[in-house]
Amino acid sequence: MLEIFETYTIPLGDWVEIIVQFVVDNFRPIFQAIRTPVSVVLSGIEAFFQWLPPLVLIVAVGLIAWQLASRGIAIYSMIALLFVGFLGTWSQAMTTLALVLTAVCFCILIGIPLGILSAWNQRFEQTMRPVLDAMQTLPAFVYLVPVVMLFGIGEVPGVIVTFIFAVPPLIRLTNIGIQQVSEEVVEAAIAFGSTPRQILWEAQIPLAMPTILAGVNQAIMLALSMVVVASMISVEGLGQMVLRGIGRLDVGLATVGGISIVLIAVMLDRLTQAVGKPHRLPWRKRGPVGLVLSLTQGKTRTQNATS
Amino acid sequence: MDASEVKIRIENLIKIYGENPQHALRLFRDGRGREDILSATGNVLGIADVSMTIQKGELFVVMGLSGSGKSTLVRCINRLIEPTSGHIYIDDEDVAHVTQNRIREVRRTKVAMVFQRFGLFPHKTVMQNVAYGLKVRGLSDTEQRKKALEVLDVVGLTQWADYLPSSLSGGMQQRVGLARALATDAEILLMDEAFSALDPLIRREMQDELLRLQAELHKTIVFISHDIQEALKIGDRVAVMKDGYIVQTGTPEDLLTNPADDYIRAFTQDVNRAQVLKIGSITRQTIPVILGQDSVKAAWEQMQQHDLRQMYVVNRNAQPVGIVQKPSLQQAMQDGCEDIGIVMNRNFPQVRATTSLEEIFHLCQHDLPIAVTNQEGKFKGVVEQSDVLASIGRLTAEASASSATAAASEPLAS
Repeated sequence: MLEIFETYTIPLGDWVEIIVQFVVDNFRPIFQAIRTPVSVVLSGIEAFFQWLPPLVLIVAVGLIAWQLASRGIAIYSMIALLFVGFLGTWSQAMTTLALVLTAVCFCILIGIPLGILSAWNQRFEQTMRPVLDAMQTLPAFVYLVPVVMLFGIGEVPGVIVTFIFAVPPLIRLTNIGIQQVSEEVVEAAIAFGSTPRQILWEAQIPLAMPTILAGVNQAIMLALSMVVVASMISVEGLGQMVLRGIGRLDVGLATVGGISIVLIAVMLDRLTQAVGKPHRLPWRKRGPVGLVLSLTQGKTRTQNATS
Repeated sequence: MDASEVKIRIENLIKIYGENPQHALRLFRDGRGREDILSATGNVLGIADVSMTIQKGELFVVMGLSGSGKSTLVRCINRLIEPTSGHIYIDDEDVAHVTQNRIREVRRTKVAMVFQRFGLFPHKTVMQNVAYGLKVRGLSDTEQRKKALEVLDVVGLTQWADYLPSSLSGGMQQRVGLARALATDAEILLMDEAFSALDPLIRREMQDELLRLQAELHKTIVFISHDIQEALKIGDRVAVMKDGYIVQTGTPEDLLTNPADDYIRAFTQDVNRAQVLKIGSITRQTIPVILGQDSVKAAWEQMQQHDLRQMYVVNRNAQPVGIVQKPSLQQAMQDGCEDIGIVMNRNFPQVRATTSLEEIFHLCQHDLPIAVTNQEGKFKGVVEQSDVLASIGRLTAEASASSATAAASEPLAS
């Protein structure tokens, strides 16, 4: 009598199977339609990265890092990318980078508006909260199967799985960032006759920007941490190397893939963190742009002086 | 100031905070008190049936302790807070019942606001902050710049135009707040404890600055304050609020000399009356001698008739020009001199009716009575040294009496 659990088992597994099967049977076209935009963005970005000569990319990343962050981070980024190239994982790294950037693009496109909505509407926030909790805590393997059933295998479902895992912190931080904007500043914006859109663009978004950028940084980090899981649904790239390494007990292969992931992760982390921080100098006076401007202005000044 | 024109008229304004204001409103209309409503519905009565009119060009102060409803009241005027019931007329338009679009238009053109903690946009420069109201209205960049620079010049911050607010001191930041409000050319300024966050010295400086600007611009200002000294100093009229009600509305002198109840009396007991009371309130009207019209003989007769020792002499514009005293007049009669201009003493003390008592203490060392004039310099009457002393004596007696009653009613007041 005391063994009450033996008397009945909730057939949750069966129910879920029935529901998913029902959705697959009836709504597959909708999910196939979602594939298209993801697939277009992803293949575009990936083709671009694969086409770009490695040296050009390395120099470009170095310049961008110098401008946005600092000389130190620029040097690190270039060394990291060179190292990845010499490890022989350049092509896989570009695939992974394309996947991560695509997922993050969609995170920004969908996550920031959702975050703003939840900051504006308390009821929406309350509905979102358990959904976000589930998205963050549910092991990725659990939704891997239904995603494959709905979207098939390959890179597109990979982006979708990554998106599900990476978007919650961006929504949360956008929400917090908007809510943290001083009430008096918002009140002042209203008192001078701002429309809701003006309040958003003139006050809330600029003042919440550091927090929103922290959310973007989190999304990038989480997206990178998903690449190995995503490779289980046959997504190519560095994750695939790690997965194959595990499967064959090939420590070397797994390590090469793993190290490449870490190098890229640290690079993207430092870069995005630096974007959110306030700088001592305005952007025109620092980095390569500052250097070029000061050189050309110096030249015109000397030309004026001589002529 | 055009005293006859009403700019803002508030009628039966009620604001109830909480889940079910309509239910609480019914209770309030049934005559239930603030405490009753709170315990019965959990709703808070913010403003309890307030009516008032504010004249065009008036500096109207709403005074009260925190929680008295004064901030709610001012936010109802531009509808940062939605009133639960009642009417607010601005230029005869009931802004409590207009569409969102219309109220936005009213905020852009008619009512500007200055905030306690300045409410500046920290990511915008001083110039962009000042121009914000114009930007929202859709003015071009050059128009924005031109107007912003103009207003920055008025508050003396032109050289700070391109700095962020965070690099300015508190007083300067509030000048930016004031400039932002002035830039829209709104006729009404709402100032919510605008100077409360400033140091005492800076606060006084800003009060003087506001009075100076107001003398030039003649805005209609609703100024919220919890500081009675400030209220009495700057207000043309002061309304004192308590628990959402208005306890008394009147000129600063009214509040001091005719307090409506012990609450007002307790409030004003620490106030330096000599700073608040104006000479006008103790001026005695007397008949002056008119230069070039009245003869020495006529002056002498008037003096005898009213039993006076001296009389002021005014010119044909009613401006005081001298004073004649009995002995010198008698001498002139004996000498057969007819011209008052020769007899009169041109060295006499003179003040404006709006001067405070405190400011004329130094004039009391004159033997002569002080001539009082209005804004245009016209003779209004005289103040004798004894009048000044008597008024201070009376005020002190009142103050000590009121502190006795206040002490007696202490438990009630708290």
